[in-house]
Amino acid sequence: MKSMIDRRLLGHFDWSIFSLTILLSIIGIINIYSATMIGGSGNLYKKQLIWFLIGFGFMTAITFINYIHLERFAYPIYILSIFLLLLTLLFGRTTSGATRWLNLGFISFQPSEFAKLAVIIILAKYFNTIKMPLKGLSIKGLIWPSILVFAPFILIAKQPDMGTALIVFFIFVSIVIFAKVRVRILVGIILASLPLIPMAWRFLKDYQKARLMSFLDPALDPLGTGYHILQSKIAIGSGGFWGNGFTHGTQGQLRFLPEHHTDFIFSILAEEWGFIGSLTVIALYFSLILLGLNIAQNAKDRLGAFLAFGVSAMLLWHTAINIGMVTGMLPVVVVPLPFMSYGGSFLLTAMIGAGILANVSMRRFIF
Amino acid sequence: MSVYLGNNEPGELKTRLYIAIGIAISLFFLLAIRLWFLQIFKSGEFRELSENNRIRLVRETAPRGLIIDRTGKIIVENRPVFHLAIIPEDVKNWSNIKKALPSIVNITEDDIETKVSQAKRRPLFQAIKLKDDLTWEEIARIETSRLDMPGIVLTIEPRRTYPFGSAAAHTIGYLGEIDERQIKKLKKAKYMPGDFIGKYGIEYQLEKYLRGSGGGRQIEVDAVGRGIKLLKKITPAQGYNIHLTIDMETQLAANTAMKDKVGAVIAMDPQSGKILAALSTPSFDPNYFAAGIDKEKWNNLIANPFRVMETKTIQGQYPPASTFKLITAAAALEDKLITPSTKIYAGESFWFGNKEFRDWKAGGHGIIDVHRAIVESSDTFFYQVGLKIGIDRLAYYAKGFGLGRKTGINLINEQSGLVPSSKWKKDTYGTKWYEGETISVSVGQGYVTTTPIQMLNAYAAIANGGKLYLPQLINMVETQTGEVIWRFTRQEIGMIPVSPFNLKILQDALKGVVNEAGGTGWVARIAGIEVAGKTGTAQVIRLKQNTPRKKPKDTPYEHRDHAWFVGFAPVENPEIAVAVIVEHGGFGAEAAAPVAREVIKAYLKSRLQPETIGHKPKEVIKDSEQDIQNTATAEELAANEIND
Repeated sequence: MKSMIDRRLLGHFDWSIFSLTILLSIIGIINIYSATMIGGSGNLYKKQLIWFLIGFGFMTAITFINYIHLERFAYPIYILSIFLLLLTLLFGRTTSGATRWLNLGFISFQPSEFAKLAVIIILAKYFNTIKMPLKGLSIKGLIWPSILVFAPFILIAKQPDMGTALIVFFIFVSIVIFAKVRVRILVGIILASLPLIPMAWRFLKDYQKARLMSFLDPALDPLGTGYHILQSKIAIGSGGFWGNGFTHGTQGQLRFLPEHHTDFIFSILAEEWGFIGSLTVIALYFSLILLGLNIAQNAKDRLGAFLAFGVSAMLLWHTAINIGMVTGMLPVVVVPLPFMSYGGSFLLTAMIGAGILANVSMRRFIF
Repeated sequence: MSVYLGNNEPGELKTRLYIAIGIAISLFFLLAIRLWFLQIFKSGEFRELSENNRIRLVRETAPRGLIIDRTGKIIVENRPVFHLAIIPEDVKNWSNIKKALPSIVNITEDDIETKVSQAKRRPLFQAIKLKDDLTWEEIARIETSRLDMPGIVLTIEPRRTYPFGSAAAHTIGYLGEIDERQIKKLKKAKYMPGDFIGKYGIEYQLEKYLRGSGGGRQIEVDAVGRGIKLLKKITPAQGYNIHLTIDMETQLAANTAMKDKVGAVIAMDPQSGKILAALSTPSFDPNYFAAGIDKEKWNNLIANPFRVMETKTIQGQYPPASTFKLITAAAALEDKLITPSTKIYAGESFWFGNKEFRDWKAGGHGIIDVHRAIVESSDTFFYQVGLKIGIDRLAYYAKGFGLGRKTGINLINEQSGLVPSSKWKKDTYGTKWYEGETISVSVGQGYVTTTPIQMLNAYAAIANGGKLYLPQLINMVETQTGEVIWRFTRQEIGMIPVSPFNLKILQDALKGVVNEAGGTGWVARIAGIEVAGKTGTAQVIRLKQNTPRKKPKDTPYEHRDHAWFVGFAPVENPEIAVAVIVEHGGFGAEAAAPVAREVIKAYLKSRLQPETIGHKPKEVIKDSEQDIQNTATAEELAANEIND
């Protein structure tokens, strides 16, 4: 593969995507260090560092594999992903009521994370291949992509991992709308799905209902479900403008914040680095996502545009939902923050995604 | 690249990409605004919440001040006790706790639930007490399983203890858990639910001194409730020590002497008004209250027919009976109706109109002066003298001796007794005063009632030359470092309206009661100490016409007379005055005088001679007050009762 790298390609290497990715990952590791300093899990930042190095390898590799090959392998990747999800359901490791982990003996990971990429790639391939009607997709045109997404979606929702399932759904909706759907169809679907909301309520598990309820009124149960939201808001708010300083955030350090190194890592950052720190990090994400959308815009072909757009959408929804959740704007939906939350599977997924962005970016001038 | 050429331009996607960029910009704008709102706009609020989260104030109750008697004996102190408590904010698994706790300590699920729901208005992270005063075994069991039950804590607290138990319970009082009403009332003092507060006696009256200032530890804690580090410690400051005027040995002597008797003993230094002993029986053990008394015990105390919770020394209102004769004598002498040498025939009975008022002594006393009338406690002498004085003058003198109003001792629920007058009767009953009623009052029966402390104070005034002092219980209030906050000062509240000349007559007569042949108070004699005093036998029910008065043991308990003795010692420069009432004790000389004697002996024991028993002179044996017959009809006496 290395032979494919020519000098021209290197000249277009997207340093900004790489810098932002590395910067955010390192900020993540620093905060994981601070979050886990007290308690028995003091070496988690080292694990994350190793995952980061592995991720960096994957990202570099992906960058230099022409994304055309992604299209070629779209179905094998997709089928492998479904297969892994099935394996997870059958043999996965169950922790706190959810079966999300697949143990391969030497390593365990979450197939649902990689499924996001598989969905992006398969949809990019699909919308690249079909002949788009000028007015946009009709119901008929939506059937096949819906089926393609529904399979992983239902397998993920079954684990259950509502956060990831939701992201998959959001990615699907984003790409479909990006591909263009007839306005009438779009409005029709939205209107038709409204009555489904109360029905969906009945399918939610009790803890999920409780989360939604306590989002609507966190004071309802400040020490039960509302606990997470309230404690997170306290952590972020008490950071103030300058923050309490590295490793000096009491909310996180004293373990009032649950899951502080994974889903609530942003709260640790905001508490210790203040408004300055959190705004900087937000700006970094914003830049990364705008860059991604810009790459989609400038992609030399539809495939590149859809790939870049899909990855950008994934990063956008992850970031917006996670920060929206930890700041109390959204109900508690367990969605990790790209690059920063502790967890190898998602770090790898996000870095591969960033690699795809760099890949598309690098090839925008090459015909 | 093959697919690209045959399809639409990517440029066609531009419109929707702009929309996507627009969405991304608005989402990030929202996030930035939200962060500004939380971290800048509301920062102060969240910082405070964060501090509350992080810093837990573990309250430490200050040990209450000690209560010490006049000689330095500690009569109330504190011991450490451990409680099982719960901090609901820290509880992670309620059902686990409700299941596990009952298996290691004696507590039920319901107990836990009610205790927690009762403490609704508790500040965040304040522990709720679940079980009081754990045994060492229970403490050990909780310690070992505490980490599995976040929220469960052990607290240590000083517990009030009363080493002398019930010996001075009514005076010292007791503690109780503060109720919501009191918390509201004492808002400034910042009491918390579960705090103990003085409810009665000295514990109540001097609460603000005894309580001390609570302290606490500011502890940085993690989410499981484990302390991570101590930030600040405010050592609780023990309350001030209260030095009482009570002399514990005298108090204990009173207890012994009053064993199985219902009534009151109160003793005072007649030169200052310092209370030396105050006993009301039956008593209760304030230790029961220190931990919060349970309903059953409390109901038993309340239901006790001998009125356990009544402080009879200041609340019991009894007819003063013969102890009142001193006041009748003083009135007659002061109003110059008699002189010390005036002799009156005091026969077996006195006829007024067509009614016969009998003397307690069969055969009467013959022709006697006021001195002998007091010594022998003649009734018929004072019937005649009382009639001459008239009720309103008698009331004037009674009030002059401090009767009919509270003495003002610093204890709650003191009663004022009653000194009747013609105006009082008009106001109360709307009828005029009958002279027959004056006859009753002149010997301390009828409408007149007094509390033991009133009689004590009146006799103390006779003893000290005429001054009525405010009875006081506190010698000194002292901080733990020995700084005196308050010190006893004698407070004169009046002079009895008796000239020194006449006062001497009264004093001599009281000395005679105990020491002369034919005196009714001979039982109070102590070798080496000259005791003066007066007996009294207060009739409880009106006897039927012409029924001979029976001996106490032949009378049903509730019909037996109350026995009085009020006196002082030594006669020269008296150091102790004492009033004793034994409810339904029978004759004053038999039931009350020995109690007074023991109290005086205990207080003046340094002056005792080896042989200390009050010996009976032979000639007085048959002189005990007995076999009085009351021949007045019920109607005539109205509500009056008459006796010796």
